Amino acid sequence: MTFARLRSLGFWSLVVAILTYMTLPTLVVLMTSVNPTEILAFPPEGVSFQWYEKALTYPDFQRAFKNGLIVTSLASTLALIVGSAFAWLVYRYSFRGRGVLEAVLWSPLIIPHFTLGFGFLLLGGAFKLQQGYGMIVLAHMVLVMPFVTRAVYVSLATIDPNLARAAANLGASPFHVLTRIELPLVLPGMAGGWLIAAVLSLTEFTASLYVTGSRTQTLPVAMYNYIREYADPTVSAVSAMLIITTTLIMFIADRAFGLRRVLAIDTH
Amino acid sequence: MIQRRPFFLTFLAPAVVTAVILAAALFEVLQYSVREFVPGSLNVGGFTLENFTRINRPIYWWVLLDTFYISLLTAIFSLLLSYPVAFALVRAKRDWVRSLLVSLSITPLFTGEIVRTFSWMLMLGSDGFINSLLRKLSLIDLPLLIMYTRLGVVVALVQFSMPVMIILLATAISHVDRDCEKAAANLGASPGAVFWRITLPLTLPGMLSGIVVVFAWTMSAFSTPQLIGGGKVLMISNLVYLQGFSVLNLPFAATLSLIALIAALGSLVLMKALTGRLEKRLAVR
Repeated sequence: MTFARLRSLGFWSLVVAILTYMTLPTLVVLMTSVNPTEILAFPPEGVSFQWYEKALTYPDFQRAFKNGLIVTSLASTLALIVGSAFAWLVYRYSFRGRGVLEAVLWSPLIIPHFTLGFGFLLLGGAFKLQQGYGMIVLAHMVLVMPFVTRAVYVSLATIDPNLARAAANLGASPFHVLTRIELPLVLPGMAGGWLIAAVLSLTEFTASLYVTGSRTQTLPVAMYNYIREYADPTVSAVSAMLIITTTLIMFIADRAFGLRRVLAIDTH
Repeated sequence: MIQRRPFFLTFLAPAVVTAVILAAALFEVLQYSVREFVPGSLNVGGFTLENFTRINRPIYWWVLLDTFYISLLTAIFSLLLSYPVAFALVRAKRDWVRSLLVSLSITPLFTGEIVRTFSWMLMLGSDGFINSLLRKLSLIDLPLLIMYTRLGVVVALVQFSMPVMIILLATAISHVDRDCEKAAANLGASPGAVFWRITLPLTLPGMLSGIVVVFAWTMSAFSTPQLIGGGKVLMISNLVYLQGFSVLNLPFAATLSLIALIAALGSLVLMKALTGRLEKRLAVR
């Protein structure tokens, strides 16, 4: 009994140690963001919100935040529309060329982001659209779409197919089956996928570095440029705000739409 | 015909348009990789295979090997550290423990690579958290040089890759048939033996796919080697950026990013083959 106890204690200490390694960097960022001096001190010698003030008034970050909102809202919404349509397509129909289409549209999960970003940079150059919002939105949309498709597909696959059959037998047109039966049942999956897409687009860096220019850079790119020149905790404040925002969004997504199911983590 | 497949074209059209745009972007990379570099100009010359023969130089081989080495180390350590967490996440008896473990281990996935890299810069720098702590405890006099080393890059990359590894391992562990474990225990196996000889081997396919996914993922890491490596650690992504934005040799940058793509695809194909075999062997047993 004592041996089993000891082993269990050892196991849980190990788990706690590993989780500390995983979460400590985040805690350190939050800590330095309220540091009163420019030189990072551990433990901090007080609390100050001056870096938040500097972050919120720094023109590059202001513009980058605005750019990010434009890109993220357009890219995630486009990804929602196209990704959902694609999920329905895969769920409902088999047709020639489906395998190729699936391979191409899932591929952004495997292709390095710098390869894709570089490709969109060259594509933008070919159409004289380089560093414009259009190319950035397209690149982001392609990158985040697989997550929407997956969320919607998982929701569709769990619908009882008899519901659609029953509705059709009772005289519902295909349009009605789609809008009155399937769409309401899939809506939570679509919303969850859309939120994941938005968070991923908001924080995407590598591909953005290639496709944005100094006027159109998104927040992570502006942060990268700042880190390379200055070493004060302003970026800690921006990071802290990003961490809090994304954690809140993911928390809401989990509570409202069952994130664990969307990400296919089953613990039972 | 139309009745049989309602809305088929409505669903098909946006997917096809997107696929064509994506394919066009990738085709541009391919197209540039076989073009001549014109020094001092962003325009490219005619067809050439010179970019691919240029790879065959020691410096580029070293960068490629280093990329493979860092990715492999990351994948192995990620597996070792993720397994206990995934195991606890699946097998914890209390509901709130499971929820807490899921949130703690998954949220880092969504903060983005710049925030995570920056947080590791704060941890590892010579005035960073770890060095300050060790100095406070009087364990060291001079700061440890972890920044700008391969070790620092791997320490950060392992943390990045763990959420994905944990998801894959948790799925594998939750699919282990508990009856097998119970049968072994009833036949007199100790809890340790049950874990090492039943549970662990049954999750081998999940472990393998975790290793390969993290390996492929890490090979395309950019901001960590760029900022934590600080030019002292070069991975293929940093070389692409250097060639594309400093040397402005777009054709060679295209060739390098094509090679990275092929390496990522290749490792996944390899994984499919290996896990397929492994699953067959496990099924036979």
